[in-house]
Amino acid sequence: MSIFEYNGSALVAMVGKNCFAIASDRRLGVQLQTIATDFQKIYQIHGKLFIGLAGLATDAQTLYQRLVFRHKLYQLREERDMKPETFASLVSAVLYEKRFGPYFCQPVIAGLGDEDKPFICTMDSIGAKELAKDFVVAGTASESLYGACEAMFKPDMEPEDLFETISQALLSSVDRDCLSGWGGHVYVVTPTEVTERILKGRMD
Amino acid sequence: MECVFGLVGKDFTLVVADTSAVHSILVHKSNEDKIMLLDSHKLMGASGEAGDRVQFTEYIQKNVALYQFRNGISLTTAAAANFTRGELATALRKNPYSVNILLAGYDKETGPSLYYIDYIASVHKVDKAAFGYGSYFSLAMMDRHYRGDMTVEEAVDLADKCIMEIRSRLVVAPPNFVIKIVDKDGAREYAWRESVKDVPVPAA
Repeated sequence: MSIFEYNGSALVAMVGKNCFAIASDRRLGVQLQTIATDFQKIYQIHGKLFIGLAGLATDAQTLYQRLVFRHKLYQLREERDMKPETFASLVSAVLYEKRFGPYFCQPVIAGLGDEDKPFICTMDSIGAKELAKDFVVAGTASESLYGACEAMFKPDMEPEDLFETISQALLSSVDRDCLSGWGGHVYVVTPTEVTERILKGRMD
Repeated sequence: MECVFGLVGKDFTLVVADTSAVHSILVHKSNEDKIMLLDSHKLMGASGEAGDRVQFTEYIQKNVALYQFRNGISLTTAAAANFTRGELATALRKNPYSVNILLAGYDKETGPSLYYIDYIASVHKVDKAAFGYGSYFSLAMMDRHYRGDMTVEEAVDLADKCIMEIRSRLVVAPPNFVIKIVDKDGAREYAWRESVKDVPVPAA
C-alpha cells in the first residue's frame, strides 16, 4: 500500500458565485483499521482562507503547524492577512524545500482573494500547483471525486446550492472508497460568513 | 503481540497494557510495566520496540518533569501529547522511534482525556483506542459496549471483557495485564489481571 493511502482521506473544494466551499471526509485510519471518525483535515488559516491536507496524517499535522507559523509571522510583519494566491505559493515553496524527502501530503487551498473573488487550487506532494476555476480534489477518493464533481458542478452556484452539490459529490465518492468516509465536514465561505456543517453519510 | 488499550470514563481515564517482555519466541518476563506515570495526573501506555519504548517514554517523562521544575506548573495533557508528537515527528525522518503511545490524563479544567499517538507521530484525541494485534478484539469490544459516561466499575468490566477476548482469540495472547487509572486524585495502578504468575527470584 502506498504511503499516501496509509491514513485515507478525501478532499474537495468548489467555486460558487462570490463564495467557495471546501469539504473533507472524517476518517482517520491506519490502513484497514479505523482509529477515529472525527478527524479534522480542513484548517482555517484566516477569516477567508482554508487549507485542507490530504495524505499522511502526521505530515499533514506537521505541515499545518509550519504553515500557521509562517502565516502568523507574515501577519506580524505585514499587519494583514495573506492573500490566497500568496499562500498557495508559500505552500508550494514549503513543499518543494523537501523535494528529495517530501511531506506525503496533497493540499487543497481555498480562499477569497481581492474583492472577495473565490480562489481554489491544489498541488501534489512536491508543490506543483494546479489552479482551477471550478473544483479541485485530493486524497484516496480523488478519482471518484473528479467524476462526481465533473458531473454535478455548475458555474455560479449560490451558497446553499453549492453546499448541496459539494456534499453530494463528496458522499457519493467516499462511498466507493474504503479508506475515506465516516461522514463529511463542509465549510461554505461567503464574504460575510463561514458556515460549518457536519454530514452524516454511510458510516462505514 | 503487545496489547495496549484505553478508554475515557465519566471523570477518569483507564489504560490497560499487557505485561510480557518478549524477544522472538522467548518471554523474558511477564510482569513488565508498560504504562509509565508521566506525572501525578498523566499516564503513558506505550507499545513497540523494547529499547525505544523505555528510552522514549523515560525521555518524555523527564522532560515533563523539567517543565514543571522550570515553570512551577504542570503541563496539560494536550500539551504533553503535542510535545510527545513533536519529539516523534522530529525524529521521524532522522532516527525514528518505533513506539505507539496512548497518553491518558486528567486536567482540572477539562477533565479526563486520552490521546492516540502513532509511531509516525499522528496525534488525535479519542474516547477509546488500542494498539497491536489485540486492538482487533479490544476495539470491537469497546465499540459495542462503550458509553460516554461509564463509572469505574463499568469501565473495568469492559476492560475485563476486552482482556477475555484477547486471551481467548489471539493466538499469541499475553497472559498478564495491568490496569491503570487516572482521575482527579491522580494516576495510579488499579489492578493486575494475571493468569501466569512470575516466580519471584530471591536476591543473591
